[in-house]
Amino acid sequence: MSEQFHDRFQKWKEQVNRTNEKFPERKEKFVNKSDIEIDPLYIPKEDQLTNDYLEKIGFPGQFPYTRGIQPSMYRNRFWTMRQYAGFGSAKETNQRFRYLLDQGQTGLSVAFDLPTQIGYDSDDDLAEGEVGKVGVAIDSLEDMETLLEGIPLDQVSTSMTINAPASVLLCMYIAVAEKQGVPKEKITGTIQNDILKEYIARGTYIYPPKPSMRLITNIFEYCAKHVPKFNTISISGYHIREAGSTAVQEVAFTLANGMAYVDAAIESGLEVDEFAPRLAFFFNAHNNFFEEAAKFRAARRIWANLMKNKYQAKNEKSLRLRFHTQTGGSTLTAQQPDNNIVRVALQALSAVLGGTQSLHTNSRDEALALPTEESARIALRTQQIIAHESGVADTVDPLAGSYYVEQLTDQIEEEVLTYLERIEEMGGAVQAVEEGYMQREIHQTAYETQKKIESKEEIIVGLNEFQVEEEVHEDILRVDEQLEQEQVSQVQQVRQKRDQELVNQKLEKLRAAARDQKENLMPHILEGVKAYATVGEICHVLRDEFGEYSGV
Amino acid sequence: MERKIRVLIAKPGLDGHDRGALIIAQALRDHGMEVIYTGLRQSASQIAQAAIQEDVDVIGLSSLSGGHNTLFPKVVESLKEKGAEDIPVIGGGVIPDEDIPYLKEKGIKKIFTPGTPTSETVEFIESCVRGDHSE
Repeated sequence: MSEQFHDRFQKWKEQVNRTNEKFPERKEKFVNKSDIEIDPLYIPKEDQLTNDYLEKIGFPGQFPYTRGIQPSMYRNRFWTMRQYAGFGSAKETNQRFRYLLDQGQTGLSVAFDLPTQIGYDSDDDLAEGEVGKVGVAIDSLEDMETLLEGIPLDQVSTSMTINAPASVLLCMYIAVAEKQGVPKEKITGTIQNDILKEYIARGTYIYPPKPSMRLITNIFEYCAKHVPKFNTISISGYHIREAGSTAVQEVAFTLANGMAYVDAAIESGLEVDEFAPRLAFFFNAHNNFFEEAAKFRAARRIWANLMKNKYQAKNEKSLRLRFHTQTGGSTLTAQQPDNNIVRVALQALSAVLGGTQSLHTNSRDEALALPTEESARIALRTQQIIAHESGVADTVDPLAGSYYVEQLTDQIEEEVLTYLERIEEMGGAVQAVEEGYMQREIHQTAYETQKKIESKEEIIVGLNEFQVEEEVHEDILRVDEQLEQEQVSQVQQVRQKRDQELVNQKLEKLRAAARDQKENLMPHILEGVKAYATVGEICHVLRDEFGEYSGV
Repeated sequence: MERKIRVLIAKPGLDGHDRGALIIAQALRDHGMEVIYTGLRQSASQIAQAAIQEDVDVIGLSSLSGGHNTLFPKVVESLKEKGAEDIPVIGGGVIPDEDIPYLKEKGIKKIFTPGTPTSETVEFIESCVRGDHSE
C-alpha cells in the first residue's frame, strides 16, 4: 500500500511539473496573511493512510478523480467565470456580452429565447409573446453574425444553451467563425445538446427520443472529425434539480442520461474514446454546503469508474468528469432579494470546493425577472471575491479528509448507484424517461419540499420566517415589447434578400438525408444555415420527417 | 353529494417550467378538488376549449417565461369568444408586481407570485366558486 501510494504521489508531482510548464502557477509563492506557506496539496500522513485511500480518494488529476480532474486545479488557473446571458435582440445581447468581457468575465454563455429553443421563427404564430423574453432571438445566420460581432472566436469560448436545435445553432456558430477567418478546428465552447433532460425537466424538446438521439450522435461524430475542441454535449443535472429533485437524484439521473448517450454513440459505431473526451456535465449548487461539495466529488468518482469499468475507456480524458456549475435559481426568493447575494455566495463556494471547471452565479433579482446590469455585475463580483480574496483556490480539494465530507461523498455515491441499477433494470434512461419514471420521482420530491416549507419544517429566510413588509422592486429588467415586431420584420427581410432557390435546394437535401439513417445530418444543416435558411425552416423539415414529441 | 370543485391548470406559451404547475395541481387535489393538467405548450384557444369541455370552475395559468402580459389575456379573450367568460382565470409564476394591475384589467382575477403558500391559492379558488371573493 505505502509503496503504491508513493508511486502515485511521484506521478502526481510529475503531472504538476508538466502542468506548470504549460500554465505557470498564479503566484510564485502562495502564502496566507500570517505568512504561512500554502502547499498545492495536503495528503494523509503515512500512519493515517487507510487501505482504500487510493481507490476512493487518490490524487487530483488521477483516477478516480475524486479530488479533481487536474493535478493542481486552481493553482494554475481559476475556473472559467461564465455568466449566462441573453435577452431581446442579437444586438442588445452582443452589448451585454462585451460588457461582461470588459468586466473580467472569461467565457460567454448564450441564453436563447423559447421560440429559438423549440425551433420556431420569430414570425411563427406560436412565438407570439415569447420573442426575446428568456434569451436572445436567433432566426437566421444574420442574427448570429450580429450576436458575435467584434468577439474573437479564436480566443473566447462560448457555451450555448440549446438542445433540440443544437445542430443548427452550432452550424451557425461554425459559419460565423469561418467568416471571421477562424477555422472550425479551432473554435472552443459547449452546446448543451442534452435532450433527455428536456423530456424529464426542462421542456424544450421537439422530436421524439429516437431521432433526437440520432441527431446527437451525428453531432458527436461530426465534431470528433471537424470541430475537435468543442464540447458536444453538456449532460445536465441543473434543470433536474431546479424541477425539484434531491442532490442524489440530480447526479443519478444525469449520469444515467450520460450512459444513454454513450450507449447510443457506441451503437452508432463510434469508439468510446473518440467522443467521450468531449462529453461535459452541468450541475446545480444549492444551499446545503457540504452536501453540494460532496456531491461533485462523488459524481466524478462514479463517472470515472463507469467509463473505465463498464465502457472500457482507455483515454484518461474519457474518465474525467468535467463540469460547469450554476447556482440554484429555485433557491432564490422574490422576498428581500438582496439576501440572494448571500445564498449565491455560499452555493458558488461549494462549487469551487467541489472542483468545478466553470461557474455561473445567479443574480439577486432572478426570482423577479431577468437580471439588471447591476445585479449581473454583483453576481460576477461574487465569483471574483471567492477567487481573489478568500484563498480557497490556493490548495487543491481542501475538504478532503474531513470525516464528514468523505462519508457524505461515499453515501451519495452509494445512493446514486442504487438509482443507476434501478434505471438499468428498467432498460436504461431512454426507457425510464418514456415511462415517466424520473419525472415522477422529481415531482414527488418537489411536492414534499413545498409541504415542508409551508409547515415551516424548512425555514427559508425572508419567505416563511423573518419576513418584512415588501417594497415594490422598481429596477427590474424589461424586454422591450417593440422587439418582437422588429425581429419579425427582420426575419421576413432575410427571406426576401436571400437566394430562395438555393435555400429550397438545401432544405430538400436535408430532407433526403433525414430519411437515410446512415447519413450524418450536420454537413447538410451547415449548408442550409450558410444559405440563410432559418432555424424554424430547418426544424420544420426535421419535424416533418421525425414527428413531434408530445409528453408522457 | 356536493360536486367537487373542478380546476384546469394550464401552461400557455412555450415555457417548459412546470414545477409550480404540478405542485399547485397536486395541492388542489389534496384539498379535494378535481384537477385537469393540460401539459406544456398550450395555445389560448386549446386552454379555453379544454376548460369548457371539462366543465371547470376555475382556470389556473402558469408562466415563468415573461410572456404573461401577452399569454394570459389571450386566454380570457378566447373564453369570451367561446361564450365562457364566466369561468374565472387566475395566474402565477415569475410575474413582477407592477404587471399585476394590467393583468387584472385584462380580466385575470388574481395573480400569485413566487413564495405564495398553496393554501392561499386553495382558499382563493374556494371563495371564487362560492362567489364571495373580494378584489
